[in-house]
Amino acid sequence: MQALYAQLLVGLINGSFYALLSLGLAVIFGMLNIINFAHGALYMMGAFTAYFLLHLTGMGYWWALIIAPIAVGIFGMILERTMLQWLTGLDHLYGLLLTFGIALIVQGVFQNYFGSSGLPYAIPDYPQIGDCSPNAPQDAICRRGLQGGINLGFMFLPVYRGWVVIFSLVVCLATWFLIEKTRLGAYLRAATENPTLVRAFGINVPRMITLTYGLGVGLAALAGVLSAPINQVRPLMGADLIIVVFAVVVIGGMGSIMGSIITGFALGVIEGLTKYFYPEASNTVVFVLMVLVLLVKPTGLTGRAA
Amino acid sequence: MSALTDDTLPVTPRAIRDEMIVFALMAVLLGLVPLTGIYPFFVMQALCFALLACAFNLLIGYGGLLSFGHAMFLGTAGYCSAHALKVWGVTPEVGILVGVAGAAALSVVTGFISIRRQGIYFSMITLALSQLLYFIYLQAPFTHGEDGIQGIPQGYLFGVFNLSQPTVLYYVVLAGFLAGFLLIFRTINSPFGEVLKAIRENEQRAISLGYKTDQYKLLAFILSGTLAGFAGSLKVFVAQNASLTDVHWTMSGEIVLMTLVGGLGTIFGPVVGAFVIIAMQQYLAGFGQWVTVIQGVIFVACVLTFRRGIIGEIAHFFRRSL
Repeated sequence: MQALYAQLLVGLINGSFYALLSLGLAVIFGMLNIINFAHGALYMMGAFTAYFLLHLTGMGYWWALIIAPIAVGIFGMILERTMLQWLTGLDHLYGLLLTFGIALIVQGVFQNYFGSSGLPYAIPDYPQIGDCSPNAPQDAICRRGLQGGINLGFMFLPVYRGWVVIFSLVVCLATWFLIEKTRLGAYLRAATENPTLVRAFGINVPRMITLTYGLGVGLAALAGVLSAPINQVRPLMGADLIIVVFAVVVIGGMGSIMGSIITGFALGVIEGLTKYFYPEASNTVVFVLMVLVLLVKPTGLTGRAA
Repeated sequence: MSALTDDTLPVTPRAIRDEMIVFALMAVLLGLVPLTGIYPFFVMQALCFALLACAFNLLIGYGGLLSFGHAMFLGTAGYCSAHALKVWGVTPEVGILVGVAGAAALSVVTGFISIRRQGIYFSMITLALSQLLYFIYLQAPFTHGEDGIQGIPQGYLFGVFNLSQPTVLYYVVLAGFLAGFLLIFRTINSPFGEVLKAIRENEQRAISLGYKTDQYKLLAFILSGTLAGFAGSLKVFVAQNASLTDVHWTMSGEIVLMTLVGGLGTIFGPVVGAFVIIAMQQYLAGFGQWVTVIQGVIFVACVLTFRRGIIGEIAHFFRRSL
């Protein structure tokens, strides 16, 4: 049973990454009509930014959690302004090809400087709660940041992993709230439907598109920072993940923000369960599910027709 | 939404005559290669990829379907042929047949699944399917996982042509390429090809005219996958191995790049693109991972400034269809 719970937790964690990434893809797709193939590379850049911050400036995890999404988001906005912008009105496929090229460039550059092996990134040991000094008494309570774990009775929960799941859930729901429930989100949805009309109301649509791309990319970078202590920092960490995320997107469809979040988490859990019951299929289960969903409901679970 | 290729010229008898002349020129030039000092292995490899890119182009250039998983046909046919040749000890022609049959069967199944969605969804589905196959081949015993199938015997084609002689092998590969190319050429200029182009331009209108567009797209997908498989089988004789790199999705990306560089929706574009990319990999091999970066830069440059590709630009300049 312990192993089952452990795999469920791993599934939930992977599900958090799927949800954050497919959410970003959905936001970008909504506004720019582009499937952002560079999403995996930008996720990797998020993790590397955290690594650089720690090793060059000594800024740890908590700073990275704020700075990396902003830095990578700005990088994304520059990409949008200098390249993606010029594809407006062209076939979707050109956006896919352009972002694929960007992904190759980014991953290639990182591979040249860092090879293909993983760089370790430690789980943050700050803030420390309780008496953690070396000469503390044996029974003193000490909690070092997100290190260590909690015994829940039925399983041992590493604190960091629990944190990843809860934090991504909060970020996903906040994004959902921003887009579905706020005035800014209303503009955004309106601009997705009819950019010319929204422009006529005096709203700067191109700037909104740039900011949306930045937001989507920021979500990917945030997922990268979250994953750095678990999966290590590797140039190809996003390349392997992005194809699974694409399958997640096909299964869920890109119709709704909530749909991306739920599908992301659900598929992570299903993958985790497969790893427990039939490990041979754990790499392929998402793709097999995709085939099944396509056969039954070609538009995806929550999707509208493309 | 504008179509993938802009200002395509109507196919007139005149245009077909131009294309026939260029085809004859290409056949003669390629036929003369063994007389020059050019490394035949390089040209053979480029020919296999050229056929692969042409098969891919049939789908995107004329059907508007961007398959991002075409490597699965290359790899599957390669594994099937390699296994038949090495383990079953069949003759080369049977080996090629087994590979092509494998790719054809795969394209029926994957085509049926993937044409259910259009545009970028189609691309993502083909990509996911090829990744599914990648994992299956990684674990399946007959592919030998990371090692691949190596040391494949080349044998005698039809009991006559000794494929272990580079010149003989070269002409066999060239004949295979030209046959595949002519089949694609014929398809494009047939009523079937015209319907495909109509679907690319405006699928809704094609449906309203009474065409069962799904059947046309599926048929194009099967034809494309089968021909890509033929290229994979030929490649087995050239490289004498079948490995996971041929199934990996980066290979699919390279196929897209070749076609894009040469010119999407042009008949000769994929051939030129394949030669350019293979030559680049050959001569830039010393740069290691920078080759990936260069490929990425070419991708970006093509999409931003050079969407017609090499042949597309030439054809546009001379107002000819090539």
